[in-house]
Amino acid sequence: MLEVLPIASITRDVPITWFLGLGLAMFILGGIGVVTRRNPVIVFMCIELMLNAVNLTFLTFAAYGGSGINATPGGMAQAMNGQMMVIFVMAVAAAEVAVGLGIIMAIFRQKNDVDLDDMSTLRN
Amino acid sequence: MNDFGPILILMAVSGLICTVMVVGSWVLGPKKLTPYKSSPYECGVAPSGEANERFPIKFYLVAILFVLFDIEVVFLWSWLTVFQSAPLDYQIFTGLAMLVYFAFWILGDWYVLKIGALDWDEAASLAPEKYIDSSLPAFDPSTSLTPERVAVNS
Amino acid sequence: MQSELYTIPSIDWSLVMPFIVVVITGVIGLLIEMFRPKQNNNAIVLVSLAGLAGAFALLIPQLGVTTTTTFAGMVLRDQFGVLLQLIIVAGAFLSLIFSEPYMKQRRIAHGEFYPMALWATSGAMLMVSSDNLLMIFVGLEVLSIALYCLAGLARDEQRSEEAALKYFLLGAFASAFLLYGIAFVYGITGSTSLAVFMETLARAPGINDLTVLFAITLLLVGFGFKTALVPFHQWTPDVYQGAPTNVTAFMSAVSKVAAFGAFARVLEASLPVQEFWMPALIVITILTMTVGNLAALVQKDVKRALGYSSIAHAGYVMVALLAYLQDPAKGSLGTVITYLAIYTFMTIGSFAVLSLTAVNKSEGTRYQDLYGLWNRAPLAAGCLVLFMVSLVGVPPTAGFLGKFQIFQDAMGAGLPLLAIALAINSFVSAYYYLQIVRAVFVDEEGALRVQSAPMNAGLRFALVICAVGVMPILFAPILSQGKQTVTLSKMIESGAFLQRPVASVPLNPEPGEKVEQITPSAPLSTVTGN
Repeated sequence: MLEVLPIASITRDVPITWFLGLGLAMFILGGIGVVTRRNPVIVFMCIELMLNAVNLTFLTFAAYGGSGINATPGGMAQAMNGQMMVIFVMAVAAAEVAVGLGIIMAIFRQKNDVDLDDMSTLRN
Repeated sequence: MNDFGPILILMAVSGLICTVMVVGSWVLGPKKLTPYKSSPYECGVAPSGEANERFPIKFYLVAILFVLFDIEVVFLWSWLTVFQSAPLDYQIFTGLAMLVYFAFWILGDWYVLKIGALDWDEAASLAPEKYIDSSLPAFDPSTSLTPERVAVNS
Repeated sequence: MQSELYTIPSIDWSLVMPFIVVVITGVIGLLIEMFRPKQNNNAIVLVSLAGLAGAFALLIPQLGVTTTTTFAGMVLRDQFGVLLQLIIVAGAFLSLIFSEPYMKQRRIAHGEFYPMALWATSGAMLMVSSDNLLMIFVGLEVLSIALYCLAGLARDEQRSEEAALKYFLLGAFASAFLLYGIAFVYGITGSTSLAVFMETLARAPGINDLTVLFAITLLLVGFGFKTALVPFHQWTPDVYQGAPTNVTAFMSAVSKVAAFGAFARVLEASLPVQEFWMPALIVITILTMTVGNLAALVQKDVKRALGYSSIAHAGYVMVALLAYLQDPAKGSLGTVITYLAIYTFMTIGSFAVLSLTAVNKSEGTRYQDLYGLWNRAPLAAGCLVLFMVSLVGVPPTAGFLGKFQIFQDAMGAGLPLLAIALAINSFVSAYYYLQIVRAVFVDEEGALRVQSAPMNAGLRFALVICAVGVMPILFAPILSQGKQTVTLSKMIESGAFLQRPVASVPLNPEPGEKVEQITPSAPLSTVTGN
């Protein structure tokens, strides 16, 4: 049976750089995906990955109470700043999903295909 | 580090073994590709159609709906977490704020249902007369020059 | 401590009233659209315009009011924000008023355009009236997400959808960078408030902390996308060309003003480490002006050329902004605001004239499509000429005044390189602007397509307002008042732009923790004395 560790014990035993590093890795992977993939849905999934990396970073900072030059033991209000941000990021990401999928559907209805490399009607 | 050391070693060893097996069989094994051999195996039946089959894009509507309602709950849940131990005046204040939020939400849902945007088959939800200024001549596709045609002519 | 967490913030509704009016107007517009979908949009148009006019009227009395915050420091009212909100609301009004005939001609008269545009306006207003990165982000996304939809308004046209998809993907990509930057700002300060960020930076021993550099770089990338500075500008011409012309007008003015408003606040908050980003931004600004203008030279589509022109103008605004940040005594945020206002009139006016080229479902915005416009629509053609002359910056127009002031600011603030780049670029840009002017007067003989929509009252109104807006007479009295401040800042008694009140430190600090009073640092207060 898994034991759920309290946040305090996690922040004591695991260095903050691990979480930040994971976030950075996710962000970079997402960024690579955005520039290399051709399917807009997958590109968008990569953007979502980047947003989730951001969320992870926010929550890490919220749990650890800041990083370098202003590292204070995080107060409740300070932690809430970051957690609030995460909720808004999630909401915005959801709104973007709705709009993005809507746009992709509109394109699909026109062309029966969505490929970013074919998106070249707009030119000089 | 001590706690995670064995796990890391386990992961490294298992990754190494897998890599060695895959790469080894690829390097050592003889490669004689025939069309029959390279075709995907489908229970002995000749394969038909494309491997990466596409599903109807209309399922995206479901995805959109799911995501939106999902996020609605995120706000609701975090609010209720705070709500349960808050003093009364705070509960009333945030309750009113959530009411406004839900008013907007319900309005949006109502709008979406009313114009039939979620109909599985897209129906023409808007009548064409809205688009047309009655003082102008009717649209005749055969005489109008689209930008594309202009581009070709030039 | 428990009870402190449940503090109900005191709310001054007058600060957010214009914003609320715009949002509610959008909701009313949506209700109208719901219940009479098959009729014309006249009611929605009227309600929307009335709502924007109401918001404008509510904003006017706020000029000159002292800087305050409300909603626990989330909403900030200062002169900078109020003036930019005025420009945003005016820009939205002007681009909505000529939309209906144009959309009818293109057969895309969706009633949802108006609520969406209003909500985008509300997002832009929110973005410039907060110094909390959370609110800036939310405002930015409300603006952007509405604009993604608006760019794809012509659902049956491939170009429109393509523009929407490109805008959407690159915009979301940029948002991710911006957010990652905000995450590190939060990590450094424990708060999303820019005032706290500035204070932390000022207290920090040096700029060697990699986290700070990382955070600011990411913020620069994010805002660089939104303001279309050069390495991050690729989406602009495509989106400007593909989106319906009224949406392009809206986007070019409203979204640019909002992005620059937020960008100015972020840059000002990171002034303590300016030796890090200032050189980079100077290079970026020069590149922005040059690349924008050079690329515009070879365009064949007027909308696309104006898209590149908007990139170049973003560079001009950046010059003014950098001059202010470099030396607040010499440069002035008033210059930034003035130029943004002038640019709003010029760009919306130009796109309003271009909206005439949409006839009977098709639209042609190449140079050839403007041939003979002078004979068909003299008023529109005359206004277009005026806007182009103003965009070049020829002396009697407001465009010249704005550019001249930017030039002076940059010279005074010790950025002669930027000033010279600005001057050279103005000369280069004359070529393509005058090509548009030439197209207006060319005979119809060689034209491929000599249609244009009939003139209408809304367009006439927008054109007249914009034409008046680029008259230097509006700005000339301000010019004559002082030698240094040819700016709107003269009109405002307090004049302390971007002044931050104490109230925006994090809510509910820990009991034992000492809350430092944030006083505006020297660069901020010198504006007041000017």
